[in-house]
Amino acid sequence: MSEPVSRPPGLVVAPELPDIIPQKTPRKGLLGFIIRNPAMAAGIFILGFMVFVAVFAPLLFTVDPTALAPSRRNRVPSELYWFGTDQLGRDIYSRVIYGARVSLMVGFGVAVLASIAGLMIGLVSGMVRWTDGIIMRIVDGMMSIPPILLAIALMALTRGSVGNVILAITLAEIPRVARLVRGVVLTLREQPYVEAAIAAGTRTPMVILRHILPNTLAPMIVQATYICASAMIVEAILSFIGAGIPPTVPSWGNIMADGRTLWQVRPHIVMFPAIFLSLTVLAVNLVGDGLRDILDPRMAKRI
Amino acid sequence: MSVPVLEVNDLKKHFALPGSLFSPKGYVYAVDGVSFSIQKGETLSLVGESGCGKSSVGKSILRLYELTSGQISLSGQRIDDISLGKLRPMRRQMQVVFQDPFSSLNPRMRVRDILAEPMTNFGLASNRADIDKRVGDLMEKVGLPREAASRWPHEFSGGQRQRIGIARALAAEPSLIICDEAVSALDVSVKAQIVNLLQDLQKELGLALLFISHDLAIVEHMTHRVAVMYLGRIVEKGPRDAIFSRPQHPYTRALLSAVPVPDPEIKRERILLKGDVPSPINPPKGCRFHTRCPYAFDRCRSEEPMLSARGPQHVAACHLHDLPDAENPMLKPVSSN
Repeated sequence: MSEPVSRPPGLVVAPELPDIIPQKTPRKGLLGFIIRNPAMAAGIFILGFMVFVAVFAPLLFTVDPTALAPSRRNRVPSELYWFGTDQLGRDIYSRVIYGARVSLMVGFGVAVLASIAGLMIGLVSGMVRWTDGIIMRIVDGMMSIPPILLAIALMALTRGSVGNVILAITLAEIPRVARLVRGVVLTLREQPYVEAAIAAGTRTPMVILRHILPNTLAPMIVQATYICASAMIVEAILSFIGAGIPPTVPSWGNIMADGRTLWQVRPHIVMFPAIFLSLTVLAVNLVGDGLRDILDPRMAKRI
Repeated sequence: MSVPVLEVNDLKKHFALPGSLFSPKGYVYAVDGVSFSIQKGETLSLVGESGCGKSSVGKSILRLYELTSGQISLSGQRIDDISLGKLRPMRRQMQVVFQDPFSSLNPRMRVRDILAEPMTNFGLASNRADIDKRVGDLMEKVGLPREAASRWPHEFSGGQRQRIGIARALAAEPSLIICDEAVSALDVSVKAQIVNLLQDLQKELGLALLFISHDLAIVEHMTHRVAVMYLGRIVEKGPRDAIFSRPQHPYTRALLSAVPVPDPEIKRERILLKGDVPSPINPPKGCRFHTRCPYAFDRCRSEEPMLSARGPQHVAACHLHDLPDAENPMLKPVSSN
């Protein structure tokens, strides 16, 4: 407006607004991250602690976790045996620390393998129309069996070892990922930006790589953390009922299984591995929730 | 007349309804024999209410849907019977702008990369510097600052995103842009800006526009010709002035009477249509509009009317025009508009 316009007194012209929403500069650094995501920071801290413990197990004042000492059975926690001993006289502290290796290996191994396999299956099912019916009926069939039962059945076919446990739980978890990815792909392929990319001459492999895959990744990574947590629990259950890790390898499930009969007189045998398992599963879930919030760029705007 | 940029002949798109494993339960006759052509620098508006098949026409032309039958020619070259691989390089000539500015941009790509995608696909730019220059030029062309190209889509408002969508369409240097309800999701002032931008670009670049819309006020403002669709068919087609001042089909009249006029003093005769649009799964026999037409008579229920000339370049499909002039309600002037 070039010429002055007469307007009632008391009214002022609104200031020119910037054309583009100004970008807020969030607080940088570690402190800013902790302030914004306290729960996730706690999860990362606990998980980091568990990884540290698992990696440096031999250096953390542990003894051989399989060494028997029949004369010092069923000791309560003391200065010498921090977490006490079990009915064969094995040091529970050492067993729990070494057990972290099994749990983390199974959790991460299953999460990674199930995600990769599920992503492939889900992508094929979502993108190639005629395979969808076939793949999804197989997945339905697998999902109709509870994952624990499926894992037990698979373990019954093979020898108990960490690798076989990972494979068995992975097979049981793949349908969940495949279904999630397929659902996301089906909504994404109808998105206008995917159609616009096709209209703009983008080849199908590039459409998948550039437009579909990156938008599938966020929900899939979140799902992977939940699978990691559930795999740790399934592993503990398998070991607890004696269908998983062989008794010679200490795992949290094994230790709890051993302590089960003495629960009323020596509850600490079950308590210590149980606390570690719960903390680790909680930590993984906290990280998963945090990732879900961060990986959504629209949610990232709120600070 | 030169070769039209786009020529569509008897386009049909029927969607199969999932029935048992091998045979569909029936078909949705979304588009059922639509023909039109668009010249260079011309705007054709495809109007009609929701569900009449306008968007399906757009997507079939883009071959985002496999069409059931019909011919589509782009600058004289058939594109309906070639493989998608052969079509790919020809897609450069026709681009699309979608309705929803929020889902038409990939949230995980920066604006620069969104605009660069068509350029690299069609080999229009050779190196990074060239791409950056072109992206900047496009941003300016659609009225956005050059530097904003490094931002993410969610940092822009709806109107700005729609400008980015238009810039992406322009990036391929097309001769035809299909605007699928491109301004319907925007508020009034932004809508006007975008429409003006489209008109300016059309003048500057000689673009042909297929403007799919239900908003007749916008259509009257910017189009050269109008095609009115009802249940998968074109019922009337003609130059803008003829359609808006002398509509020859009762459906067009009803649509026009529903356009709000920003003047409370003007009293107009509203033609209210009874009921809903019939299902395109089982379109009515005879004239598809007879179930809701205030003037329908026996012949309309049995015989489907064909498009017949009602003026220069103006066609309408209605049996009323075969009646003696005195009995033809379509010859009465529109009360006020």
